[in-house]
Amino acid sequence: MSLAAPGPGSLADLTGHELAERFASGTATAVQATEAALERIAATDERLHAFLIVTGDQALEAAGAVDAARERGERLGPLAGVPLALKDVLVTKGVRTTAGSRILDEFVPPYDATVVRRLRDSGVVILGKTNMDEFAMGSSTENSGFETTRNPWDTTRVPGGSSGGSAAAVAAGQAPLGIGTDTGGSIRQPAALCGIVGVKPTYGLVSRYGLIAFASSLDQVGPLTRDVRDAADLLEAICGHDPMDSTSIPDAPTDLTSRLTDGVDGLRVGVVKELFLEGAEPGVLARVREGLERLERLGARLEDCSLPSFEYALSAYYLIAPAECSSNLARYDGVRWGLRAKDSADVVEMMQRTRQTGFGAEVKRRVMLGTYALSAGYYDAYYGQAQKVRTLVRRELDAAYERFDLLVGPTAPTVAFPIGEKADDPLAMYLNDVFTIPVNLAGNAAISVPAGLSEGLPVGLQLIAPALGEATMFRAAWAFEQDLGLPTRPTVPEEVRP
Amino acid sequence: MPISRADVEHVARLARLALTDEELDRFQAQLSVILEEADKIRRLPTEGVPPTAHPLPRVNVWRDDTPGPCLTREEALSTAPEIEQDRFKVPRIIEEAP
Repeated sequence: MSLAAPGPGSLADLTGHELAERFASGTATAVQATEAALERIAATDERLHAFLIVTGDQALEAAGAVDAARERGERLGPLAGVPLALKDVLVTKGVRTTAGSRILDEFVPPYDATVVRRLRDSGVVILGKTNMDEFAMGSSTENSGFETTRNPWDTTRVPGGSSGGSAAAVAAGQAPLGIGTDTGGSIRQPAALCGIVGVKPTYGLVSRYGLIAFASSLDQVGPLTRDVRDAADLLEAICGHDPMDSTSIPDAPTDLTSRLTDGVDGLRVGVVKELFLEGAEPGVLARVREGLERLERLGARLEDCSLPSFEYALSAYYLIAPAECSSNLARYDGVRWGLRAKDSADVVEMMQRTRQTGFGAEVKRRVMLGTYALSAGYYDAYYGQAQKVRTLVRRELDAAYERFDLLVGPTAPTVAFPIGEKADDPLAMYLNDVFTIPVNLAGNAAISVPAGLSEGLPVGLQLIAPALGEATMFRAAWAFEQDLGLPTRPTVPEEVRP
Repeated sequence: MPISRADVEHVARLARLALTDEELDRFQAQLSVILEEADKIRRLPTEGVPPTAHPLPRVNVWRDDTPGPCLTREEALSTAPEIEQDRFKVPRIIEEAP
């Protein structure tokens, strides 16, 4: 029981690979680790609101099965028995899945997403489903149809979003591992704001089968963890070809970890001028510039570069993503799943009233924006032009990767902001994603790693890799993290610490 | 480009959203601000630039036409708000003759 007790020495404070070592040496069990995580959730989640649903009994059962398999001497993966917080946008068989929307309040999926199945096959213990901005549209988790998640570093502030529930859970020691999704920065930005590691993998590396779609050409599933090794291990566990997703890459590299500790000596790193212009906070820029010096000291060769199209990426994204969202969300019409408005005179009225009742303000705003951008007379001017900008972003990135192994910049322009500050100003909220969006448009990979604090709040450094450049990206992030030496212990503040 | 109230009402109909008057006013103002910001991409010269719809250059992903495991009819219908005789049930679609 002492191992599972909260506070220093609790299993809830260990990373995934530290837990795996304890399991292997017989000094802890998966059931004990799961109990410690569930206790931390019970003690802190009334304040944090990271979870929408906690499936404690199922988690303990899964953990018990891993312990029994270990007892029998079965070969287990590196994450077997490690607890995980799953964003509520991936469908789970028999467990309510809402995507943070009231329109899916009572949706119980009849199948598991491929990522969920792979996690279960790896012996990862799923603790429950985490809060998010409705249908992953937002940068603060305030757009959830259910509750607002708090940042563990300061509970008056947002955790970022849309994967704010998973990020807060990992930062607070409720789970060593988290899964999020990133359409315009929804993994990297909350990772930066919560002081943890977050990865947007190359488009097509991780299956989207069973991921509730927001913008299908941009969405990607990825890890949120307290250190780089866990992020690499977790991505390795969920990646790989899936015949159920026609955009899944058939022959992608699946070894992301064997060169993790090789360092950055000789790596060519481009410092993207456009990521240092757009009104980022001085404290954020100071930490990131120190990070650049650190990379250089470690042997990376830094050089400035310019990608002028990045200036247009945000505008292009806020036409492309809403356009895709407006067609993806057409399926929520009260027929096959979710909410249905009662007593409608005909089917059109039923659909209109169902969507009016079930969707929140930001989702309606994006459906409206996307429908407008796709409508007759405006298609070429908005959606068509945005797709051409997307080509320019890709071309400039392709050209940059002829000179560089990685690109670098800040993850988000600010530290975590107060709850409510940007809730009524959509454009101000969209600016949170200004540094993360180009990567989604181009489809390549990026990671946010903690780079220190500004005014007591975490800052993230973003390393941007070419498509399928994850192994090199993890190598650089690991070297940076080891040299910086920040604690990977959770950041539960006194007020929520049990 | 500012968006007119009539445009907002038209788009709401297309999107099957029964917006309130207050929402129509708010969205008219907010969409105008967002579209004004988006207008900056129209100033970018893109003549001869092909559009990118998708980050992967993949077309026509085929598989053999062999049946695999799939949901049962009962499972597929299990999430529906209303069913009847193994079908999704919806309110009246066709108007009655006058």
